[in-house]
Amino acid sequence: MLELKNVSFGVEGENGHKDILKHINLTVDERFVAITGPNGGGKSSLAKIIAGIWQPTEGQILLDGEDITALSITERAKAGISFAFQQPVRFKGITVHDLLSLAGGKPLSVSEACSYLSEVGLCAKDYIDREVNASLSGGELKRIEIATVMVRGTKLSVFDEPEAGIDLWSFNNLIKVFENMHQKEGGSILIISHQERILNIADKIVVVANGEIADVGTPETILPSLLSASSVCSALTDKLAGGAAR
Amino acid sequence: MNAIEKQLLAAVADLHEVPTGAYNIRQNGEAAGRNSTANIDIVPKEGKPGIDIRIKAGTRGESVHIPVILTQTGLTDLVYNDFFIGEDCDVTIVAGCGIHNSGDSATEHSGIHAFYVGKNSHVKYVEKHYGEGDGNGENVMNPTTVVELAEGATMELETTQIKGVDSTKRVTNATVADGASLIIREKLMTHGNQFAESDFTIDLNGEDSSANVISRAVAKGNSRQDFLSRINGNNRCAGHTECDAIIMDDARVRAVPEITANHLDAALIHEAAIGKIAGEQLIKLMTLGLTEQEAEEQIVNGFLK
Repeated sequence: MLELKNVSFGVEGENGHKDILKHINLTVDERFVAITGPNGGGKSSLAKIIAGIWQPTEGQILLDGEDITALSITERAKAGISFAFQQPVRFKGITVHDLLSLAGGKPLSVSEACSYLSEVGLCAKDYIDREVNASLSGGELKRIEIATVMVRGTKLSVFDEPEAGIDLWSFNNLIKVFENMHQKEGGSILIISHQERILNIADKIVVVANGEIADVGTPETILPSLLSASSVCSALTDKLAGGAAR
Repeated sequence: MNAIEKQLLAAVADLHEVPTGAYNIRQNGEAAGRNSTANIDIVPKEGKPGIDIRIKAGTRGESVHIPVILTQTGLTDLVYNDFFIGEDCDVTIVAGCGIHNSGDSATEHSGIHAFYVGKNSHVKYVEKHYGEGDGNGENVMNPTTVVELAEGATMELETTQIKGVDSTKRVTNATVADGASLIIREKLMTHGNQFAESDFTIDLNGEDSSANVISRAVAKGNSRQDFLSRINGNNRCAGHTECDAIIMDDARVRAVPEITANHLDAALIHEAAIGKIAGEQLIKLMTLGLTEQEAEEQIVNGFLK
């Protein structure tokens, strides 16, 4: 179980101090927890704080009761936290197979690596020896990024907008990936998403806006108010849902 | 050959035993073994150190190994090797130089290699430079490579220097005739106080000739690298030169790509990028459980692979 206790995060900018996250209290113990909310509201910052990429200015982070606030990125990874980047990183010379092996912490056989790639909808043979460089499209990179988290199979997996850039891949498959991950590994999956169909499968939705938790609840309680809150927002969600169904 | 010499041979030419096919092994300035075959004749030069390698027209699927190893400190070894490759050949040439210097004087090897590649032949040339030894003496290598590609010929030149060479100036001059093509792949890593200069000049003289120079380099410690790549498009041709370098610590890298179009239909591109390892690359690998140092090693290894 992940617990955030009174976590705040701020940066010093040209115009002085700016609060990015304010007194966040959150537990993640369920199968799927979705974080949603407007752009710039602090969702990605929250994910980075959990992965250890940024250090909170205040508050405590606990994993299974153990205080991990002071742990580095590497130590948190070893403690059982995985993080799929919103914008995956490219590496010249490192192949998809290399990256999956690094994620697994041991050399993966070709068939093991292929099975992970197939799960994220990539024809494994075409990809396994390709470099994780600019020759891959954003959508391809995104799926490989998801595969690196699957390989790790940790007790907490954090995905920052996994649906972005993979329009042609049906959302059903993406949702299936999360379900399989949970079945195989147990653990919790924390997904930052704007996608209604992903929010729908969540056991808990957390709405983050203006650096604060604006609402917490089940899809049944949260989604109706979210969708009606802004016509722009609902138009966008409808469009995305329509696009996914095509 | 003792264990150190065998190890050097393995490092520069992947040789663990006497190679099959034609070979010439040069050890501390002397011939240590030589074999010609029906199609590949190796003869010592007269009046100057070195060998002539003559490959008969139509020779296909054969290889030549010509490694050089030096274990004697303070030795300066200069050698001229000329390759005359007939028409319609397809051959692999493996060169390379390994120095083990456990003394306090500089050990230096300068190999002047010339390749005269006949029409429609394909040559793959693999060259590795490697130095080791616990003495204070420097390991110095200054190779010069001259390439003349006849019509329709192709040459792939792979040059690698990963470790232990304190100072190197590598000069490559090539002329490329009609329909011929030259590909150069350079991998270079310098550390400590090393200095490495790569200097390529390619004249694309022939119609539909092409050249592609791809250099990947990592400079660590206090090392310095200079990369100069000149492509002259003198006909309808395609030329591309690319230098990609990672700098670490207090290292310095200078990249000077130069392309000159002397013909309206010369299509030439140069690219050069130098920078440190991107922070997000380190962070991504750290989120997979690697330490910062392990992440750095993986990124460098991949980059030079």
